[in-house]
Amino acid sequence: MMPTPVIEVRDLVKYFPIHRGFLGRRVEYLKAVDGVSFTVHRGETLGLVGESGCGKSTVGYLILRLLMADKGQVLFRDKDMTTLKGEELRRIRRNMQVVFQDPQSSLDPRMLIKKTVGSPLEVNRLAKGAEVVTRVKDMLREVGLNEDHVYRYPHEFSGGQRQRIGIARALITRPQFIVFDEPTSALDVSVQAQILNLVGDLQNRHGYAYLFISHDLSVIKHVSHRIAVMYLGKIVEAAPKKTLFEKPLHPYTKALMEALPQPDPQKRHALAVLQGDVPSPVNVPKGCRFHPRCPEFKDSCNRGEPVLMEVEDGHWVACHRCSAS
Amino acid sequence: MAETLLDIRDLSVRFFTYQGVVRALENVDLAISKGEILGLVGETGCGKSVLARSVLRLIADPPGKIWGGEIFFKGEDLLKTSNRRLRHVRGNEISMIFQEPMSSLNPVFRVGNQMQEVVVLHQQVERAEAREICIDMLQQVKMPDPEEVLSKYPHELSGGMRQRVMIAMELSCRPDLLIADEPTTALDVTVQAQVLTILEDLTRKRGVSVLFISHDLGVIAQLCDRVAVMYAGRIVEIAPVEELFSIPRHPYTRGLLKAIPRIDEERDTLLVIAGMVPGLIRPPEGCRFHPRCEAVTNPCDRVVPRLVEVVSGHQVACHLYNDSGEKYDADTRH
Amino acid sequence: MKRIKKEHEWQIREFLFTLKLLSKNPSAVAGFVIIATMVIIALTAPYIAPYDPIKISLRERLSAPSMVHLFGTDEMGRDILSRVMHGARISLRIGVLVIGIAGGLGVVIGAVAGYLGRQADNIIMRVMDVILSFPPLVLAMALAAALGPNLNNAILAVAFVMIPKFARMVRGEALAVKEKQFIAAARASGAGSMWIILHHIIPNCLSSVIILATLLLGETILIAASLSFIGLGAQPPVPEWGAMISVGRKFLMDQWWYPTFPGLFILVTVIGFNILGDALRDILDPRIRR
Repeated sequence: MMPTPVIEVRDLVKYFPIHRGFLGRRVEYLKAVDGVSFTVHRGETLGLVGESGCGKSTVGYLILRLLMADKGQVLFRDKDMTTLKGEELRRIRRNMQVVFQDPQSSLDPRMLIKKTVGSPLEVNRLAKGAEVVTRVKDMLREVGLNEDHVYRYPHEFSGGQRQRIGIARALITRPQFIVFDEPTSALDVSVQAQILNLVGDLQNRHGYAYLFISHDLSVIKHVSHRIAVMYLGKIVEAAPKKTLFEKPLHPYTKALMEALPQPDPQKRHALAVLQGDVPSPVNVPKGCRFHPRCPEFKDSCNRGEPVLMEVEDGHWVACHRCSAS
Repeated sequence: MAETLLDIRDLSVRFFTYQGVVRALENVDLAISKGEILGLVGETGCGKSVLARSVLRLIADPPGKIWGGEIFFKGEDLLKTSNRRLRHVRGNEISMIFQEPMSSLNPVFRVGNQMQEVVVLHQQVERAEAREICIDMLQQVKMPDPEEVLSKYPHELSGGMRQRVMIAMELSCRPDLLIADEPTTALDVTVQAQVLTILEDLTRKRGVSVLFISHDLGVIAQLCDRVAVMYAGRIVEIAPVEELFSIPRHPYTRGLLKAIPRIDEERDTLLVIAGMVPGLIRPPEGCRFHPRCEAVTNPCDRVVPRLVEVVSGHQVACHLYNDSGEKYDADTRH
Repeated sequence: MKRIKKEHEWQIREFLFTLKLLSKNPSAVAGFVIIATMVIIALTAPYIAPYDPIKISLRERLSAPSMVHLFGTDEMGRDILSRVMHGARISLRIGVLVIGIAGGLGVVIGAVAGYLGRQADNIIMRVMDVILSFPPLVLAMALAAALGPNLNNAILAVAFVMIPKFARMVRGEALAVKEKQFIAAARASGAGSMWIILHHIIPNCLSSVIILATLLLGETILIAASLSFIGLGAQPPVPEWGAMISVGRKFLMDQWWYPTFPGLFILVTVIGFNILGDALRDILDPRIRR
């Protein structure tokens, strides 16, 4: 009997209308997320990987209710939170937090660290006054910063330290689920290592469930237990980490792995397997969305969208060729 | 031994700001041979971009000043040449491509316009012939439908396509050296793969030397012949690419290689270099890496280590290696 | 006390840094000197003005500038220097009150419009547009006339006219700040819109507000003087600069000193604020600061 997942997402859809023309008529839709489903359990990290325009960040925003889904559901511990409002929403929100990418704009430059990290407590009326300061200091220590940093401003810190502050802010309400949206993309290699270690350490200690969004496959491999690959708004393959890297099935997954230059000159290989650019989610190709670029294209691929199917234990693929075999 | 094309000697650059003097580059020695792809790798603030811009004297003065040294290109010191000669060198003999192609291309002019302008200016041909040259170049960078692209505005092209336009533009005048400053950092990985492939093909085919700057060790490993590692304004190690990755000698290089997550290996925790990259207004005395170094010993905090040749072609700036290149201590930790 | 000191240490340092930058900018120094002089005059007028500004002395009426009366006297024999000095009190008080009211209201209106967007933004900004579509002096005149011609009503009228200028600027800034990731983080933490507007949006707009306020102070003084000039603001015998020019106009040909000195003071004060505001705008630009 599987324990209740912390987060379950069912058939999430989000289309952004695009207005063009003189009177701003709605001309077409940007299909950012087009039917995405997955679960994340306690103590586990689901890595969401894909290139720009695939919708991975939008999925994060939808779960956090920073955007309203057009269709589909988001469940927190089996409770449907897709349409909650006001106080109910706020009560669930303290259980899920987010750490963003850009250490420059993820902290309010005019706000003391004390207030930035402490505000989730104040806003949710979980603590007041001196207790807030104590908890903020505890949190800062836990993420590897100094207590007296409470009285400083963001610009006095480096990118890595700012990310730690962002993590402290996310964890102070002791949430159960955290979305990491490209948290290390803007950081140097050595700093990235520190942050990734910290994040993994915290998960081991407290059992947090993570949704880790990144475009960097090597980072995803390092942090995730399970991985979902997204392309143009859909999940094309999902599997436990080891399985995905040993036996990638979807041609896009394979291309992503090929394209990644490895830091080992002995392992040089032809990188560019795919031609063409990442298409825009406005004009989505008919049939399988990947078919125009797919090196394994066959006749029926441009008719009918492939369905995400479990082809072996825990390994799901959405591909006409893969499900045929 | 191939001929040296670019020889940077003892280059120092300083920036004079309200907060103090930033010693961005300090006594940098670097040489690039004809036809070679030299990688310059380092983290933010190490000075790699400053180095690139110094070659073409693109450092804004104020607040920056070239504080010393020489940059020999084909025998002449670029730091001392006339403005006229420099203008000829830029774009014609040495070209540069940057990270964000949107700021290199003027958004209010069509791509064709800008490309043709560059060709006309440098190659002194008629506009019609320039157009032919442009189309040819776009085909070389594997642009689908080059005629179509010429009539587009920069914002109508994707990041990868813009970068390919930049490569086409910069290589159209057949320079001897191409400086590429993080050209694929802002691109998706599959697009990066295309751009790197094109870049490598074209430069090898034409014998263009490349100074390839990146913070991404994977890209460096994939593309370069030799690699120079920079830290806090100094070069700490230079080696042929296989050697650098298999036998890294400088503690910083070793730390970097252990800190990156890799697809081909399983790593539980990434080994971390303690501390942070230092500010360059009051950098550490002696070896700038010494406060973070695992193997720090006696003269490290007082004496600046010079680059010494340890093995043929492999140079390190570290007190662990004495002047004749022999290692002092046995390497116990790794 | 020590804790408060630590918290504000950075703000104090930034402020001192701004002062340092200002001191290197000649026009900023000039503007600052002018304003400081006016402020000192305004504050000390009751103590150092040589004569009582409303004391009538018909024997000395319309006398030219002399050692006894440095700026001469008006048609009632009142010392013009003393009147001008007291006028500074009035004008600066008008400026501060107007900007205070307009700024306070305008910033909140703009922040709400910018952050909430869509309907709220549309409605609010259309109202602001209507107000802005009138030439400021004309609208102020109409309001002052409707409310009744006295100084306090003039202050309200001018404040009303200034509100949209603040609102529009803050709305623009709010639109930009709204997209920053820390706003999304605050929303994800459960913060409501008002909390975000008060604690995040408004503090981030402050440096632009300061610049705008400085520049508008000059314009305010000018409009208030104009209102008094046409009789809708300060009423005689209040020594307001505009009112003095209004009466003194008749005497321009033969007693040039009467309208000239108040006019000069208006000119210098407005220029001072404008120069200071321009310099502040350059200095507070974050790109130049680094």
